[in-house]
Amino acid sequence: MSARSGFSRRKFLKTSTGLVIAFAVLPRGGARALQAASAPAPLPSPDAFLRIGEDDTVTVLLAHSEMGQGIWTTLPMMVAEELGCDWSKIRVETAPAAPVYAHTAYGAQMTGGSSSTWSEFDRYRQVGAMAREMLVAAAAAQWKVAPAECRVESGFVVSGSRRATYGSLAKAAQAQKPPTSVKLKDRKDWKILGKPTRRLDSPQKVTGTAQFGIDVQMPGMKTALVARSPVFGGKVKSFQGGKAKAVPGVRAVVQVPSGVAVVADHFWAAKLGRDALEIDWDLGAGASLDTSVMRREYLALAGKAGVKAAAAGDVDAALASAKTKVEADYEFPFLAHATMEPLNCSVQIGPDSCDVWTGTQFQSGDQAAAAKITGLKPEQVKIHTTFLGGGFGRRANPASDFVAEAVHVAKAAGVPVKVVWTREDDMRGGYYRPMWAHRVSVGLGDDGKPSAWRQQIVGQSIMDGTPFAMLIKDGIDESSVEGVADSPYVKATPHHFVGLHSPKSPVPVLWWRSVGHTHTAFVMETMVDALAKAAGQDPLVYRRGLLKSSPRHLGALELACAKAGWATPAPAGRFRGMAVHQSFESYVAQVAEVSVDRGKIRVHRVVCAIDCGVCINPAGVAAQLESAVVYGLSAALYGEITLKNGRVQQGNFDDYPVLRMNEMPKIEVHIVDSGEKSGGVGEPGTPPIAPAVANAVFAATGKRLRQLPLRLA
Amino acid sequence: MKLNVNGKVRDVQAPPDMPLLWVLRDLLGLTGTKYGCGMAQCGACTVHVNGEAVRSCVLPVSEVGARVVTTIEGLSAGGLHPVQRAWIEADVVQCGYCQPGQIMAAAALLKEAPKPSDADIDAALSASLCRCGTYQRIREAVHLAANMTPAGGKA
Repeated sequence: MSARSGFSRRKFLKTSTGLVIAFAVLPRGGARALQAASAPAPLPSPDAFLRIGEDDTVTVLLAHSEMGQGIWTTLPMMVAEELGCDWSKIRVETAPAAPVYAHTAYGAQMTGGSSSTWSEFDRYRQVGAMAREMLVAAAAAQWKVAPAECRVESGFVVSGSRRATYGSLAKAAQAQKPPTSVKLKDRKDWKILGKPTRRLDSPQKVTGTAQFGIDVQMPGMKTALVARSPVFGGKVKSFQGGKAKAVPGVRAVVQVPSGVAVVADHFWAAKLGRDALEIDWDLGAGASLDTSVMRREYLALAGKAGVKAAAAGDVDAALASAKTKVEADYEFPFLAHATMEPLNCSVQIGPDSCDVWTGTQFQSGDQAAAAKITGLKPEQVKIHTTFLGGGFGRRANPASDFVAEAVHVAKAAGVPVKVVWTREDDMRGGYYRPMWAHRVSVGLGDDGKPSAWRQQIVGQSIMDGTPFAMLIKDGIDESSVEGVADSPYVKATPHHFVGLHSPKSPVPVLWWRSVGHTHTAFVMETMVDALAKAAGQDPLVYRRGLLKSSPRHLGALELACAKAGWATPAPAGRFRGMAVHQSFESYVAQVAEVSVDRGKIRVHRVVCAIDCGVCINPAGVAAQLESAVVYGLSAALYGEITLKNGRVQQGNFDDYPVLRMNEMPKIEVHIVDSGEKSGGVGEPGTPPIAPAVANAVFAATGKRLRQLPLRLA
Repeated sequence: MKLNVNGKVRDVQAPPDMPLLWVLRDLLGLTGTKYGCGMAQCGACTVHVNGEAVRSCVLPVSEVGARVVTTIEGLSAGGLHPVQRAWIEADVVQCGYCQPGQIMAAAALLKEAPKPSDADIDAALSASLCRCGTYQRIREAVHLAANMTPAGGKA
């Protein structure tokens, strides 16, 4: 979700009633700069993050949600590196929602922005180091030796011939005063960090015992389905619940702000009950929404100068005098996240408590939302974070839509309730990646390089209308322009203007894996390919010329091209395309190898190179890159949500197809060891794949595709 | 009605049109089998019925009859099925939600084709969706499992 690079870091300040009341808007990379400039943050409280059992188990509490990205393994690696424990003794639990687990850079408890690893890099290592020192201190006191005479060895404290297990020292260690400073290991001394490490959550996930939100069950808990407005913004005028209540197993029909809920003994009864509801809707203005009309409106806006996001020189004059110009329009549809686990949330409300079980990326926001609805204090709301059956940003909603609704249903029904969304509910429920249009005009100088670059971007702001709106500065939601306003190509062009139009619509929008980069990388990397063609240069040679001041872009690009064999011909019938893009402070280049057969695009091979700075778990990085490519390919080849008469026209995987096994390319991942600070990994692999494929399609067909999904017909 | 699930005959009170998926999850508490689409599009609900991979989200419970149902919970004792071990070795899972269905589909395939080709894997597993994009590792893990003996170790 939320963009990190090219984007103000958000800082939440908590109040007694919740969070998100104020933000300190920081410049790009600001939080990190601020951390470095100010005094070191106080050390964490090890008790909140770590428990050592007398049986030698080491339980790590996760401040972040596991949604596939592998944080269940990465954070324990950080602890174990410093603690010096036996890796096989590591256990993992998700932390409750509490201020101590707030994101170290964002200030609220949340998982997003490809930030979990870098933002916890110090805290979880410090926790491990502190616990190690306390164990050593306990052993030293017991043996009446100086702590310096002790060392640790895979779960033991050792001094001379004496050895004690961590478990046997756990109690005494807890009584030790936590150290006020710890020295962390040098990278050269790492034994766990930086080494490919297998996931710790596999055993539960291959036996069906891993608990996702939808698996939560407890005595007395009912299942509810909610009938929501068929168009965005509609309200219930009146309803008849008699036929629904007549369905065996249906216990109650209750109205909630989002619609009408049918509460039943199980999903099937709730579904049949919901089918039997009779609701008269006040549809409102949303009933006339039509994405084909919106597209025309967006393109019309793209012809006008928007709010300035970046500018230099005199772009109009420079364009007018350029001998060679490349101009193009780009269009992108709404996209659903389509996580494999449909949305769901379970809630039990007591007199002084509210328990929420769900797979969420945003514990602080959900806790505040549940507190507001129940009239409780945030600390009376317990958030039990389960495994997430995919997140991709959908489960980090500032509006807490699926959590707030479930709290409303439980409150209205007066019983513990699990609200389950059907696939269709989930796909038609909004909070999409916004629709976008870009108009780009580039003039080339005599050297073939851009001399003038004008780009107008049109699309809904994700921040607008949310507590994050305070981050919109001078009319610019940076997540709308990231990847363009900070593009090395634009920056290197002496005359440029990047403008933004942020039209409003009733369609709720949200961050979707890599946020603004989902569209901006496509525009920039396909445009640069077109410029290379106009300049009569090879795409790699041309990019080298433009990226002279961007060594990390270039490092990733050179590695990907070398591994892909860019300098050698592609196999017969196959064509290559490349793209390189920075997002979330990591740099990813991809070379896609495609064939085109009767208008059908097939991707055979994708070679990726990533510079994510210091790499914590190379196995996890490879998995995330594979994942990001597949997620991006589904959008590139198929993804499209359309509306007609206000109705979302897609509903399930039959009309919103995603990549399947038989379409899977061979993906290779190579890591650039730049030694720079760690960047994000979950999202940066998504932006380059669509332009790399589109550039390969151009090589194959001579057709420059400028709309997603890619269609040759 | 009676239902033979994971080696036990269970009594269930369910409407005849209730899909097997919801009987397993909501009446028998076997939540390892997942709901993904409700229309046999995604494979998350895959179980074995008489050893064959079946989409439980579209199978009315009344049609199961005396046939034997196996879910992910009943595939092996303690997760020791070669497919499960191969999945761990190949570090397949990410969010993990689709994996019980993938594993059940793969286990059924290996019974039919003990040494499957990539084309066999495509044919058997293309109806099982994964939004985390673990397909490359699933393919690798199926080949790995094909080379394992049931009890452990490699063939």
